[in-house]
Amino acid sequence: MPTVIVDGQEIEIGADERLNCIEAARRAGVEIPHYCWHPGLSVVASCRMCLIQAGSRNAETGEISMIPKLVPGCQTPVKDGTVIVTDSDLVRDSRARVEEALLIDHPIDCPICDKAGECLLQDYHFEHGQSERRADIHAFTSRRRDVGPTVTLFVDRCIMCTRCVRFTREVSGTAELMVSARGAKEEIDTFPGFPLENKLAGNVVDLCPVGALGDKDFLYQQRVWFLKKSANVCGGCAAGCSIVTEHNQDTVYRLKPRENPHVNKWWICDEGRYGWHHLHDPSRLVEAGKRGADGFEAVEWADVVTRLRDDLKAAGRLAVAVSPHLTVEEAWMLCAVARSIDPEAFLALGYVPTTGDDESFPGGFTIRGEKAPNRVGVETVLGLFGAVADDGSVPGWNELLRQVQTDTIKAAWVTAGYPTPDGSWCDEQTAAAFASLDCLIVQDLFDSPLAARAQWRLPAAGFAERAGTWVNCGHHAQSFEQAIRPPAGVWPEGRLFWNMLGRQGLYDPSGVRQQIAESSAAFAALAGDLPNTGVDLRLQQLAAT
Amino acid sequence: MKPNDPGITWLEEKPLGLAERLYLPLFVQGLTTTSRHLVSKKNTVNFPEERPAVGNPLIYRGVHRLNRDDEGRVKCVACFLCATACPAHCIDIVATESPWEDREKYPESFQIDELRCIFCGMCEEACPVDAIELTSLLDLTGKSREEMIFDKEKLLSVYDMTKDAEPMKSADLGGTL
Ligand code: SF4
Ligand code: SF4
Ligand code: SF4
Ligand code: SF4
Ligand code: FES
Repeated sequence: MPTVIVDGQEIEIGADERLNCIEAARRAGVEIPHYCWHPGLSVVASCRMCLIQAGSRNAETGEISMIPKLVPGCQTPVKDGTVIVTDSDLVRDSRARVEEALLIDHPIDCPICDKAGECLLQDYHFEHGQSERRADIHAFTSRRRDVGPTVTLFVDRCIMCTRCVRFTREVSGTAELMVSARGAKEEIDTFPGFPLENKLAGNVVDLCPVGALGDKDFLYQQRVWFLKKSANVCGGCAAGCSIVTEHNQDTVYRLKPRENPHVNKWWICDEGRYGWHHLHDPSRLVEAGKRGADGFEAVEWADVVTRLRDDLKAAGRLAVAVSPHLTVEEAWMLCAVARSIDPEAFLALGYVPTTGDDESFPGGFTIRGEKAPNRVGVETVLGLFGAVADDGSVPGWNELLRQVQTDTIKAAWVTAGYPTPDGSWCDEQTAAAFASLDCLIVQDLFDSPLAARAQWRLPAAGFAERAGTWVNCGHHAQSFEQAIRPPAGVWPEGRLFWNMLGRQGLYDPSGVRQQIAESSAAFAALAGDLPNTGVDLRLQQLAAT
Repeated sequence: MKPNDPGITWLEEKPLGLAERLYLPLFVQGLTTTSRHLVSKKNTVNFPEERPAVGNPLIYRGVHRLNRDDEGRVKCVACFLCATACPAHCIDIVATESPWEDREKYPESFQIDELRCIFCGMCEEACPVDAIELTSLLDLTGKSREEMIFDKEKLLSVYDMTKDAEPMKSADLGGTL
């Protein structure tokens, strides 16, 4: 095992691991400050913040010889016997000088800068800078430049790390950003007529170590220190990117990518990033309604639990559409509820919206054409309940539409939860297929032609309002927590199913997950506490056989 | 710190001396204080008929005001530092891009719940541009709770009302102006 010595501390690294000094030092618990280096981008070693002393230890004599000058830690690979020194006066002094140089023409308008509180320039200055400013030669300037429809640039706050430029060249492959002019006059800019407009553009804001790039959607909405962070999974497409939902007082303010080497690395697409606004749409359904003489009448949830069961029992043969927005736990409970009401109930995968093909980017990121997060999870659950056709395929939305038009099916329960405020996922013609039923239950975020025909119209929870597990199109399962409470009057689906199963106490998603994991080989990997990057269901299954 | 910490020096109470045990000297001492107050100047006033005198209005902590800049615009830059510092969580700000060329951000709405406020003055201390200040207005009344939530217009009007009697404090107190 190769050994690296960080500030006198010996650590072992993997035999074929290729680490730079920053990564190796991090293993030893030593943080080397850096601006321009990012694990997902190429190395330019231009900011000089990561300068350290490096050398090597002679394997035979044990003698240590150091390189006679400071080297950038981001660009210096470690090998067996590499010696890294990060706490010498020389290194400390160099960091203070870099900070001083950056701050000479920095506006320092932290009070009105959205990055304040999570700004590396602030943090590093606090830790490595000096308390006195020796030069005060620049007037306060804060020029602003629109670089694209979603991103704005505060030109004078930029520290020229070029992370954003490299991102557009290496990851999104669109290369809209560039460095214009040189030396002290260099600035980030776009090419005339080519604004920063690509499906991954929002990532440059996360990459920017300072407040130079701002997200127009989030600009001035909140100070970052008010935000609480919850580990969630994006529900925008079948890729299931790991995200952090940042919220305050049950209002979501922004979504950010969460590093996950198995799924999205460090990125998310803009569609997902801004795909939370429907949560706070005023037209959301917020009460459980039963069709009465004139329109829907509100029903208490405690009554919904019993009356749903009675109505469905009275109607006869039941068909259930299990939405790909439900978690594995919710889907499993829904199937259990349905089978307890009608042991022969017809179970099908709900409507799966798709918009064309998958879209891949040079950096390896893929946006999926299938716009639902848990098709695989729901299909696997349906398999557990034997809802599989003879050819091994799981019945889908079209099969359900065919079934509800036959004479056998008398009632249908459609779970939806689609984030389309106009309810356009189901058109009038499709909804007409449900015309002959005695009882139709629709559980959705928004009103739709289908909900308009329902006997029971129930509200659903949005992605940040539920906890559970989603399985992405690559069979990678991730559990996530509930970030915010749903609007008053809304029970998340899981809570309704839990109560309809007659279970006591609060809905406990992880308890249900354990139960599913114990009872089925397909979900065995979900047992116990999952790592926050998730587990691969197929790998675990292979290992088990 | 635990009671047996070596850093603590424990003091014994002194035993009572003869004079203390006799009780009479202390009795006289107490009566003297009482009679002195009987004849000295009274500090209480018949509020609200009479107004108490405020010592130094520049450091008095009464009703808030939002200062205006030279052009009469609200000075606040909506940085939320006062709301962050406020221990009573009574400041509520909605920030947005400012309509002015020379300013980036300003408060679209700015509310202080004066009933919840404990008049600690932390907001004033936190403000980087001396936009929020506590005036020497001390009698704060209202007929409803809603009325006691002061919005931006009301806070600016407090400034208009008090700006002559109480200039912005910063010059005297080492502020940025
Ligand atoms: S980029 Fe950082 S240091 Fe500069 S104004 Fe913004 S928060 Fe302050
Ligand atoms: S805008 Fe931000 S990411 Fe881009 S070069 Fe400047 S500091 Fe770096
Ligand atoms: S005086 Fe104190 S309690 Fe009142 S608003 Fe200011 S910081 Fe909050
Ligand atoms: S601290 Fe001052 S500038 Fe900042 S929001 Fe409060 S009043 Fe406005
Ligand atoms: S991080 Fe190494 S030089 Fe910028």
